[in-house]
Amino acid sequence: MSTLTLAGQTLEVDAQGFLLNPDQWTPEIATEMARNAGIDPLTDRHWQVLDFCRRDAAEKGTPPTLRRITKQLGVPTKELYALFPKGPGILAARIAGLTKPKGCI
Amino acid sequence: MSTLLDTAPTGAPSSTEEKDTTRKVAIICSKGSLDMAYPGLIMANAARMMGMEAMLFFTFWGMDIVTDSKVDRLHAGMLGNPSSPMPHSLMGLPGMEALATRMMKKKMDELDIPDVRELLETLDDAGAELYACQLAMEMFGLDEADLIPQVKGVLTAMDFWTQTDGAQIVFI
Repeated sequence: MSTLTLAGQTLEVDAQGFLLNPDQWTPEIATEMARNAGIDPLTDRHWQVLDFCRRDAAEKGTPPTLRRITKQLGVPTKELYALFPKGPGILAARIAGLTKPKGCI
Repeated sequence: MSTLLDTAPTGAPSSTEEKDTTRKVAIICSKGSLDMAYPGLIMANAARMMGMEAMLFFTFWGMDIVTDSKVDRLHAGMLGNPSSPMPHSLMGLPGMEALATRMMKKKMDELDIPDVRELLETLDDAGAELYACQLAMEMFGLDEADLIPQVKGVLTAMDFWTQTDGAQIVFI
């Protein structure tokens, strides 16, 4: 566990940067997390993915897998990788303030 | 160029900027049964999902995975497999392998695991690189037109080592 200061807040995060307290998440934190991952700015298309992840996680209790994002939201695999070049499997959930996805696909 | 020693877990947090070192994995797929095809493909896809570089090298029976006429007909190899749920005396009977294959595919379908062809397309879309083995192509009398379009090229064994400098190698 370590701490990270983003958007003026001190946040507890795990070794891969996932928030330990999801209630602390704000859109501003997402913007800064994204910037640190080389994504600047977050576009509407990014937000579509992030909003879907948050909605789906709230519903299902676990963040969606990439396969679920592509199938349910209709964002093709190629585009997901273009939006989150350093690894959409990790980054989409992390920037959305969720836990690490449990699925393998 | 990243090496084995400067690898950092992808996605590690940083208050300023993330490390640019990228882990790299190369998976050699040498078997063509369903149960030997999936592990390599899933592991390579998971590597890409985490932002690692991933390369797949298909050789010997693994060529079946990327051969267009065979990819949709891979079988679950139960004979000679000590983990087979059925006795070996039964597995050798006609139709048993087809039954095992059907059962495995049904289970995968229930879990929403894509079939092998779709998984190969996903890997290509995800930026994983697929290569075929030149010697295996010659042995099986294949040319590039026989392979699925996602195969980026044909490599010799020495080409493979050149391309995978610094990568972690997995042999299946």
